[in-house]
Amino acid sequence: MSSNTSSVTNASIKRRGEKHYVMLYTRYERFWHWSQALLIFTLFYTGLGLHGLHDWLDFSTAVVVHSYAALALILLWIFTTFWNFTTGQWRQYLFKEGVMKVIRFYAYGILVGEPHPYKKGLQRKQNALQSLAYMSFMLLIGPTLWASGIIYLLYDLWSGYSWSGLGLTLIAFAHTAAAYLMGTFVIIHVYMTTTGKTPTHYIKTMITGYDNIELTEAEVAYIEETHAVSMKD
Amino acid sequence: MHKQAKLVINPRILACLTAFLLGISNQTLADTKHTAATEHDDIDMNFRVITDTKPSIRDDGESTADHSKFEVLEGPFEHGPEVTRACLSCHTEAGRHFMKSVHWTWEYVNPETGQILGKKHLINTFCTNARGNEGMCAQCHAGYGWKDQHYDFSNQDNIDCLVCHDRTGTYYKTPNSMGNKACSVMFEGKQPIQWAKVAQSVGKPGRENCGSCHFYGGGGDGVKHGDLDSSLKSPNRQLDVHMDAGGLNFACTTCHVTKQHLWAGSHYNVMAHDTEGLGLPGERRDVATCESCHGDTPHKKTELVGIKLNGHVDKIACQTCHIPTIARGGVATMVDWDWRTAGRTKDGEGFKEKNYTQGNGDHRATYKSIKGNFEYDENLIPHYGWFDGQMRYTTIDTRFDPSTGPVEINGFKGSQDDGTSRIWPFKRMHTVQPYDKGNNTMVYMHLWGDDDDAYWGNYDFARAIRVGMANNNIPYSGKYDFVETYSYWPITHMVAPGEDALGCAECHSRDGRLDDLKGFYIPGRDSFRWLDILGYFAMGGALVGVLFHGLLRKLIGKKNRQRSAS
Repeated sequence: MSSNTSSVTNASIKRRGEKHYVMLYTRYERFWHWSQALLIFTLFYTGLGLHGLHDWLDFSTAVVVHSYAALALILLWIFTTFWNFTTGQWRQYLFKEGVMKVIRFYAYGILVGEPHPYKKGLQRKQNALQSLAYMSFMLLIGPTLWASGIIYLLYDLWSGYSWSGLGLTLIAFAHTAAAYLMGTFVIIHVYMTTTGKTPTHYIKTMITGYDNIELTEAEVAYIEETHAVSMKD
Repeated sequence: MHKQAKLVINPRILACLTAFLLGISNQTLADTKHTAATEHDDIDMNFRVITDTKPSIRDDGESTADHSKFEVLEGPFEHGPEVTRACLSCHTEAGRHFMKSVHWTWEYVNPETGQILGKKHLINTFCTNARGNEGMCAQCHAGYGWKDQHYDFSNQDNIDCLVCHDRTGTYYKTPNSMGNKACSVMFEGKQPIQWAKVAQSVGKPGRENCGSCHFYGGGGDGVKHGDLDSSLKSPNRQLDVHMDAGGLNFACTTCHVTKQHLWAGSHYNVMAHDTEGLGLPGERRDVATCESCHGDTPHKKTELVGIKLNGHVDKIACQTCHIPTIARGGVATMVDWDWRTAGRTKDGEGFKEKNYTQGNGDHRATYKSIKGNFEYDENLIPHYGWFDGQMRYTTIDTRFDPSTGPVEINGFKGSQDDGTSRIWPFKRMHTVQPYDKGNNTMVYMHLWGDDDDAYWGNYDFARAIRVGMANNNIPYSGKYDFVETYSYWPITHMVAPGEDALGCAECHSRDGRLDDLKGFYIPGRDSFRWLDILGYFAMGGALVGVLFHGLLRKLIGKKNRQRSAS
């Protein structure tokens, strides 16, 4: 109780609604994000080559790089799924109200200088549109890619069946379709990183992990007390 | 130099003897000899001009028997059958065994289709039929004296042991009957066979023994197969990694294992996919497949590339990647033969044109009056197709529709979804040859003989076909025309070293080697057109969209800032 009292009287504490530099993206999240980004770029580049769209990489090398990168990504996703559930961070991806407001903001508000309708918070890292996009990334695009990829890698186990020819065609179709969706996602995602306060703000955030967000008094108090989240001011 | 000299110093006595035997004038023979001496390397009507007569070395150690120590082989022998009798006096069962071989019977009944095949019956796309022309064609019968239908296939003395087992390199065969004047050039002076010496020097066959026929199929060096020609007598590693004379130095029978004089590796009934792989050491005597030595997962299982390649063996024959091109030993293979132009003469005489010079410098005939026009190719990318091991023959009694494109004289069966076929390489031969226009069947032609009916003498298709059909009691409408044909020869020799095997992109690319094979998906070759278009639209649309959005942000944001500033 005494500590609580002292924290309230602490002069360094800002009032409710004030912004603080806090560690929003933990070390593992950032590692996940950037290694995933690297792997996806590698996979996309080699994948386009394997699909016959460029031959800037020898086919055999492309196969090897693509396969190992895919295995690494699958491993990363297994760890991340584990991390998401043990830390409870999976809730970040749940559907949130206000998707239309966010869409309206990016379509119009951002151009005329309206504030973002969504306030980033300690437990609300993503806006409603982001959650929806990442959710479909993790539940639709990702699984389609790795499931079809794994089935393709295990071709030898089912190549003997009479339907293997058709099977390979369907697998290739699903894999290619999901890859195009992934490409589309990445293009929009990269662009969206430029829509912060400054064009590089979000990228810096994803590198350092710190963002300037509004905290409630209770959150501040909790952080002061427990040091559960790193805060710079 | 040595070989050339040998030809030039042929004793004159021998020439006279030959001339006497052939009943042709000294003058003609002298001319012939002159030609042979000056163009000794020319692959000519004498289709087996073998200049390098040294035997190849078989490295499988010393035999338990030194045949020069056998009294029965001391001779003297007057002719081949006497030698055979001597052989069989010790190898008492060899004759019985051998008589079951296609090398003797020239006949094969396909157990699955029931078709009666074998050279004794078949139509081919080269000289069209051995049947009725045995006097010439049966030079490659492993027997003595087959010149017509009265040949005694039950007489073991007629077996020719020496053509396969001579290890001196001096044994040779000549036509069993005489041809017309158009063919007289064939009988070039040769050293008489020293029967006793040859008989005492027998051993397991070297490459040149099998090659004395199989290198020259179709009427000349490399003509038929494309992966079998005289360059394989002493190939280097690049030409054939197994037969490499300076390396593994395989004999033919290293792979074509035998059991009682029956050889594995029939092309009438091919094992196109060996799923059994390695037998126990020394166990398998039934197959000549790659898998019987290399197993069915021959690539490195510890590397991703090896694992991926092992994933190909269910659909891709080893030969498809490991024989990148055929006819790459300096000897060309024939790819096109047009019989329609045969029969042209100059001053009433047949003639030849030699407008193709092959890799080893020899000139090949591009026109012969007795045969028509030819085209050759070297370093040739094979034809690829799904193959389940079944060849489908157009035999003399097969009726076909000539309007439906080239007739496949020995087509092959297989498809991508039958679960057994693999993609195999073939040498494909295109020919335009005579057929029976009334009955829509192929024809037997009477080509060889010293009679007036033989085409190689009278240049008269109508007569040669009429007689060829009549001699074999085949119904003939009396009208002939020419039809396009294809023949296919599964490729399995000239296996390149591993480092020269095809790279992935040879097939996994647009316009790759397998472009003609449709109906299944090859990554890198195939794509889904509409999916690709949608994909480009999605990604391109996203890119254009965000760029436009960014531009708007910049422009409108600037205006806002200016407004707020003012």
